Amino acid sequence: MTNVDDLQFGLETFGDILGDDNGGTLSGAASIRQIVKEGILADKLGIDVIGIGEHHRPDYSVSSPETVLAAIATATDKIKLATAVTVLSSDDPVRVYERFATLDALSNGRAQVMLGRGSFTESFPLFGYDLKNYDDLFEEKLDLYEQLRQEKPVTWSGNFRASLKDADVFPKTEHGLLDTYIGIGGSPESIIRTARYGYKVVLAIIGGQADRFAPYIKLYKQAAEKYNNPVLPITVHSHGFIADDENEAIEVAFKNIKANFDRIGQTRGWAPMSREQFDGETKTGSFYVGDPETVAKRIARTIKVLDLGRFDLVYGAGNQTAAQRERMIELYGSKVIPRVKEILAEEQA
Amino acid sequence: MTDIKRVGILGAGKVGIVLAELALKAGYEVRISGSGEIAKIAMTIDTLVPGAIAATNEVVVQNSDIVLLAMPLSRFKNNLATLLDGKLVIDAMNYWWETDGIREEVLDSTTSSSEQVQAYFKGATVVKTFNHMGYHNLQEDARPAGDAKRKALLVAGDDSAAVATVANFVDTMGFDTLIASNLAAGIMAEPGADMFGASVGKAVLQQLVDDFPESTLGKQISAQK
Ligand SMILES: NC(=O)c1ccc[n+]([C@@H]2O[C@H](COP(=O)([O-])OP(=O)(O)OC[C@H]3O[C@@H](n4cnc5c(N)ncnc54)[C@H](OP(=O)(O)O)[C@@H]3O)[C@@H](O)[C@H]2O)c1
Repeated sequence: MTNVDDLQFGLETFGDILGDDNGGTLSGAASIRQIVKEGILADKLGIDVIGIGEHHRPDYSVSSPETVLAAIATATDKIKLATAVTVLSSDDPVRVYERFATLDALSNGRAQVMLGRGSFTESFPLFGYDLKNYDDLFEEKLDLYEQLRQEKPVTWSGNFRASLKDADVFPKTEHGLLDTYIGIGGSPESIIRTARYGYKVVLAIIGGQADRFAPYIKLYKQAAEKYNNPVLPITVHSHGFIADDENEAIEVAFKNIKANFDRIGQTRGWAPMSREQFDGETKTGSFYVGDPETVAKRIARTIKVLDLGRFDLVYGAGNQTAAQRERMIELYGSKVIPRVKEILAEEQA
Repeated sequence: MTDIKRVGILGAGKVGIVLAELALKAGYEVRISGSGEIAKIAMTIDTLVPGAIAATNEVVVQNSDIVLLAMPLSRFKNNLATLLDGKLVIDAMNYWWETDGIREEVLDSTTSSSEQVQAYFKGATVVKTFNHMGYHNLQEDARPAGDAKRKALLVAGDDSAAVATVANFVDTMGFDTLIASNLAAGIMAEPGADMFGASVGKAVLQQLVDDFPESTLGKQISAQK
């Protein structure tokens, strides 16, 4: 098991539009400024990572996460800056490299690239890609990204992008290699691919018990060995909400997580979330909701069962207010994280 | 009722793996394939479902008493239409935006996806089930017969003997069953229906069936007729 002192704790937000105090919503611009404020708060509290998602929809404010991370970068000094995720399939790997190398420069080496296929499809038509090539796009672009990441001139050709001949990309990073993760939703093939590239795994566990991913982690370890790559610490990301009072946390989370899931479900054809479903997820599933003690216990358990190196709490689902979000971050940084470490240290002793 | 001993699964993704796991637990001999070479899925199968045999589509089909389709819906036509001739087939596939792309390019909008699968695999007998439950529910909610918390799956088909065999098979996999009137009625379990995503007991499932005609999708369908 990862030594307690080496465990990392992150916060991730998808950039949901905030609610205001009168039951309305803030603008996208105001929501973005709030995220910057939260990133700075998280840094002050000693939270290890802030991750920001990329969406191209009216219910989310952030389409350009590196820009928001850049703002956080120049106002903080310790917190790592991640995307959650960068939709590589509909992006240009050259641009991805350039944006992250720039973020890495601004932050003195704190950029983390989290690549994924994304769970929305808006970016495909927007950037001129065909959803039919969903799998092939990701595979091909990952191959190019990995070559660019070596920070040496690249000669490359593929099906979805102009060829490159001795192309050199800038800026170079000061430490020579962008820290790279792949966000995975549970497909065994993605696990093996991540191990093959030697990237770190971020498992998005958004429903059901975390325990069921234990075999997938075993698969990652075996695949890493097979490809002679180091076995790197695993991250899990799951939704959550924390408030001083347990019942308040549950009610706020139910309202907001339900609103978020139902809105997405509408376009995908799944039925609205029932209270029973929500309660199941908060008791033993993948929503980390409650007062600091409850949430700490559940996170500690997940870290232990899956032997994680890092846990990222996804916050802000639905239209939470700035006050709710900030209080949640304070509780996460000042109470939950220390308590998780304490629980795990007791068990390790 | 056909005696089922050997289960074949086409598709070694999230759902295929869970179905393989349940079938192994139920004591069946299990073969499973992906779209490509065996080597591509061998490690996954050895690690996640030790005991299942990784094979090619052809070998899986030849050596199975029942074949489960667990590949993306947009891919089923990549297989020869004769691949499943003479076979009892469970269609667990759904239209899913993320993998399948634009719906109209994959599916005719007037019938259930399973009817289109049946129309393509003319020589097979297709029964629809395992569709409306998410794969983690399939994995976590399987329970022995008689368990008070047991969940139920809708089973839809046109051949009553095949439906009976499949219902019995689903029961051995850990779920109660509710039989729909025919394959077309399986549309009640598809994305867009209130049943989609439901992991519920038989009584609640029955309620969803009863309420279907008055649901948004139900009204839409009756308006088309
Ligand atoms: N996810 C759920 O909760 C859920 C629940 C019920 C039903 N379903 C339905 O079940 C199906 C599978 O979903 P999934 O989530 O398991 O998808 P997935 O994780 O993407 O896995 C799909 C699998 O099918 C394989 N495949 C593709 N073409 C094939 C072919 N011609 N022959 C054999 N195998 C082939 C793929 O192999 P390669 O990687 O080699 O292409 C992959 O192993 C979909 O239709 C889905 O809508 C999903």
